[in-house]
Amino acid sequence: MQKYSVFSLVKNAFKGHKDWEVAWKDPTPKAEYDVIIIGGGGHGLATAYYLAKEHNITKVAIIEKGWIGGGNVGRNTTIIRSNYMHDENGLFSEFGMDLWRNMSLDLNFNVMFSPRGIINLAHSDAQMNAYSRRGNSMRLNGIDAVLLDREEVKKIIPMADFSENVRFPIFGGLMQPSAGTARHDAVAWGYARQADSMGVDIIQNCEVTGFNITNGKILGIRTSKGEIKAKKIGLCVAGSTNILAEKLNMTLPIETHLLQACVSEPIKPILDNVVTFGAGHFYCSQSDKGEMVMGGDLDGYNSYAQRGNLPTLQHVLTEGIAMFPFLSKLKMLRTWGGIMDMSMDGSPIIDKTHIEGLYLNCGWCYGGFKATPASGWTFAHTIAQDKPHTLNEGYSLKRFNTGHLIDEKGLGTKTWIS
Amino acid sequence: MLHIKCPHCGLRSQNEFSYGGDASVKRPELNKEISDQDWDNYVYLRKSPRGKHLELWQHISGCRQWIKVERDTLTHEIFKTLKANEEV
Repeated sequence: MQKYSVFSLVKNAFKGHKDWEVAWKDPTPKAEYDVIIIGGGGHGLATAYYLAKEHNITKVAIIEKGWIGGGNVGRNTTIIRSNYMHDENGLFSEFGMDLWRNMSLDLNFNVMFSPRGIINLAHSDAQMNAYSRRGNSMRLNGIDAVLLDREEVKKIIPMADFSENVRFPIFGGLMQPSAGTARHDAVAWGYARQADSMGVDIIQNCEVTGFNITNGKILGIRTSKGEIKAKKIGLCVAGSTNILAEKLNMTLPIETHLLQACVSEPIKPILDNVVTFGAGHFYCSQSDKGEMVMGGDLDGYNSYAQRGNLPTLQHVLTEGIAMFPFLSKLKMLRTWGGIMDMSMDGSPIIDKTHIEGLYLNCGWCYGGFKATPASGWTFAHTIAQDKPHTLNEGYSLKRFNTGHLIDEKGLGTKTWIS
Repeated sequence: MLHIKCPHCGLRSQNEFSYGGDASVKRPELNKEISDQDWDNYVYLRKSPRGKHLELWQHISGCRQWIKVERDTLTHEIFKTLKANEEV
């Protein structure tokens, strides 16, 4: 594989950029693989990469219905953080933070990881108490957390509404300085290119139409490009999980919902952190191009439409203006909607299933992007070793039956409960 | 914007309604001895189909009645609305 560097850039510039190798090939599917990963998004590509890199399993295919990186990894609000209270989420996400910090070097692809810090604003004494508890839990798990008072927050984001007579005055906030953002599509391209170079077949425009299962053991898949045999199959299809579950006669603790986000016209640099509103669900950061990147609540009903409705955007941006009044002057450049695999406790599932050789990775809710490396790493481990790693033991499918929920915010599909 | 025809009030905008999830889910009978799996099925497990979906909505900023809506989860087309005690 050609190494990307400033020297290769200069060398190819002199040749008119005609000699760049393809980043990944477009192979026809083989008859059989050791592992098939269904879904060529961030998580699927990362899983294939770590199967090859960490477990030396290279007879792997990624089967993607559309084109790789065309789902939520291609369009999201790029936030990376590990500011969780519960051990399962905190340790898993912080493991992911280490992978993020080394990702550009590891993949030889600039993912523009920018650890600019995230601030969760608090708007009451009770919320400050809750944040201090969460901050302490984070620090016990080795995650950086700083509790900020009102004046400290004001120094960092003076453009927020600090007037006295607002409905939700800013009392302070919880900051994770090491959190940040990354260039979302680069993550997909970086993983795809490395996985391909280690022998993984990336098969696009290939829809899975069924599964071949005998005596409770997976034998392969049926696709629009024919049958493919495999010893092990991993599902990484996020919002389409229920569609494949139906083909497998499985019912999962997952509902597919619609989440919208939007970016404004580009403006001069004003915000160099990620900031979340504490009295509702709104978050905001500024991209390198100057756009304000914003998101918030689900539309709130089951949907596969990949396009949202205006009432939710209006609701979310009303919260945004309450936090940053200057946003009201901006024009919207673009909005989009994606489909989320909302689990019932708001935490993901990375586990084996009752079908031998079939593994499940889903339930990422609002937070799939930041989990990409840790999800891929632990899912690859779960597939290769046929048992979960300690990092994803808590993310079991059984937990709903046994009552071991990981209810970080009490937010699952039923956002109205909050 | 969804437009939902409340069987009590007529056609109203989505802003007046709140969502209540899959309407085909049946609560286990009261005081009946049931397995953990039955509770799991009722509380957590959902088909979440792509296509026709029978769901509960509440006309919260209107008559406050719960209603059933048959809606396509891919196109958002609404086929039919029913009172809560009516069957499709």
